[in-house]
Amino acid sequence: MKQTNVIKVENLTKMFGDFTAVNAVSFEVKKGEIFGFLGANGAGKTTAMKMLIGISTPTSGDAQVAGFDVYKNPDDIKKNIGYMSQKFALYDDLTVKENITFFGGIYGLSRHQIKEKRCQLVEELGLQEVVNELVSSLPLGWKQKLAFSVALLHDPKIIFLDEPTGGVDPITRRQFWEMIYKTAHNGTTVFVTTHYMDEAEYCDRVSIMVDGKIEALDSPKKLKEHFNVASMNDVFLKLARG
Amino acid sequence: MKIIGYIIQKEFKQIFRNKVMLPLIFIMPLIQLIILSNAATFEVKNIKFSYIDQDKTSFSRALIDKFEASTYFNVITDFSSSKIANSAMLKGEVDVILEIPQYFERDLLKDKKTDLSVIINAIDGAAAGVENVYIIQIVQSFNKNAQTNLMQPSDLKNMPKSILSIPSFWYNKTLNYKTFMVPGILVLLVTMITLFLSGMNIVREKEIGTLEQMNVTPIKKHQFIIGKLFPFWVLGMLLLTVGLIIARVLFNVPMVGSPVLMYVYTSIYILVILGMGLFISNFTDTQQQAMFIAWFFVVIFILMSGLFTPIESMPQWAQHLTVFNPIKFYVEVMRMVMLKGSSFTDILPQFGKTFLYAIVMNGLAVWSYKKTS
Repeated sequence: MKQTNVIKVENLTKMFGDFTAVNAVSFEVKKGEIFGFLGANGAGKTTAMKMLIGISTPTSGDAQVAGFDVYKNPDDIKKNIGYMSQKFALYDDLTVKENITFFGGIYGLSRHQIKEKRCQLVEELGLQEVVNELVSSLPLGWKQKLAFSVALLHDPKIIFLDEPTGGVDPITRRQFWEMIYKTAHNGTTVFVTTHYMDEAEYCDRVSIMVDGKIEALDSPKKLKEHFNVASMNDVFLKLARG
Repeated sequence: MKIIGYIIQKEFKQIFRNKVMLPLIFIMPLIQLIILSNAATFEVKNIKFSYIDQDKTSFSRALIDKFEASTYFNVITDFSSSKIANSAMLKGEVDVILEIPQYFERDLLKDKKTDLSVIINAIDGAAAGVENVYIIQIVQSFNKNAQTNLMQPSDLKNMPKSILSIPSFWYNKTLNYKTFMVPGILVLLVTMITLFLSGMNIVREKEIGTLEQMNVTPIKKHQFIIGKLFPFWVLGMLLLTVGLIIARVLFNVPMVGSPVLMYVYTSIYILVILGMGLFISNFTDTQQQAMFIAWFFVVIFILMSGLFTPIESMPQWAQHLTVFNPIKFYVEVMRMVMLKGSSFTDILPQFGKTFLYAIVMNGLAVWSYKKTS
């Protein structure tokens, strides 16, 4: 069975004045894939991702996400993707339940659907006790898992995760990646940026960005063979040091 | 429509959950209304009056008695020399020094004329002017009494008939200052609260990162903006209601015109202010920046609104500038409707300009709000 590409990017470029943040990157992401988007701080990962999710207009190049053009149909893209940013982006002053209702509501889910999704989500995450607590009172790890689940409420075709595990403990990170696997298994494409190299090993394919360009793109196994090193960490160090 | 409903619901929850903001939104303006309306008065009262009586006769005593009888003057000191009096003026202990010369009574009886010296502290020129008028009135009335007393029956024929003007004060019969100030201060409070709250609100979402999250959702611009601003529109109307009740109950300010007209006008006026708040928040990244810009406009708008100083006395260029001042229109309308009972046709010019302003301001706000950068 031939897998379809849900993200197609060709020579995508973003310039801020004279500075080229993203320099003519091209890649494709297949349906149901876990695509790791790696790079040092400031390599242009977040900028590239923002163009794909329709909140930053590219300077040049082409990109299609979920079958829609980033220039012409950003709103159609937005209906079909989920996004979880580096910053925790649920409302701290609303309860778990209210956050779920709000985000379900603005994605156009019906009351009935929202309720169904909420019960399912609360049970999976084991949040029964705190469903009526303010989100601000939850530990960070719980918040991140909740934010991830909320980003999936409307069953998006692709979910974009921008450094989702920053600042959480190893156990929670492990659980978080289990959630990512499950999501990918259900057919949702996962596009994840990270700079934890152990996480890169969990991805189906990774791209490594250095100074706005993609320097390597393949499965972790092949990359390690190609650079003749034992871990993704070494691959990254080799590339980043140039 | 349903999406807007979800946003409104969320905003209200956040407003009512904030245990600090909610009292601030309602209690602070009401305290301001009560304090400012009582305190902000241009009436010149409690003038610190002093005199140097070098004559010490029944005439000079009678003149001083007249000042003592006046409610505007507190006769505080009797100085023995102008040197001591002047140093008291320098220290700010007295506002007015009246010097009654020696032979005041004798000259008046003999020559039918004499002079008085009056020194007024004129750092506040407007107050000094008013004080001068009070003094002239008292001296004139003293004059008249003195003349009648000194007059020979034969003089009566030649006496000029005095012209008396009897003013009738319309719209504020008792010249109650509060009647004039309360509607104006109410305008100020409705404006400040709605401008600050709307301006801060969206910037706050920028700061905490939820705005980016919103921009990744398929929410349409107009849905987001309406959902965001509607709660503050409601708050503004609520604030007006509470303010009008206080004006009525506490200050006895009449509502001569139609309250419905007041509400219709206010509903459009608040749109202007909300558009302005949104516009500010689109160009700022932090609440601090937004606060400063909002303050900049509020201070200019208030001081040039005719609330404290009449627009007619401003220089021509300043009068032209007030055309862009929404607070000016609202102050005018509020006073016209509440005190004069003006009808819709009377306020039509202000209504039209405010309506236009609302369209332009919100147009700019929607245009400058960008989901993509």
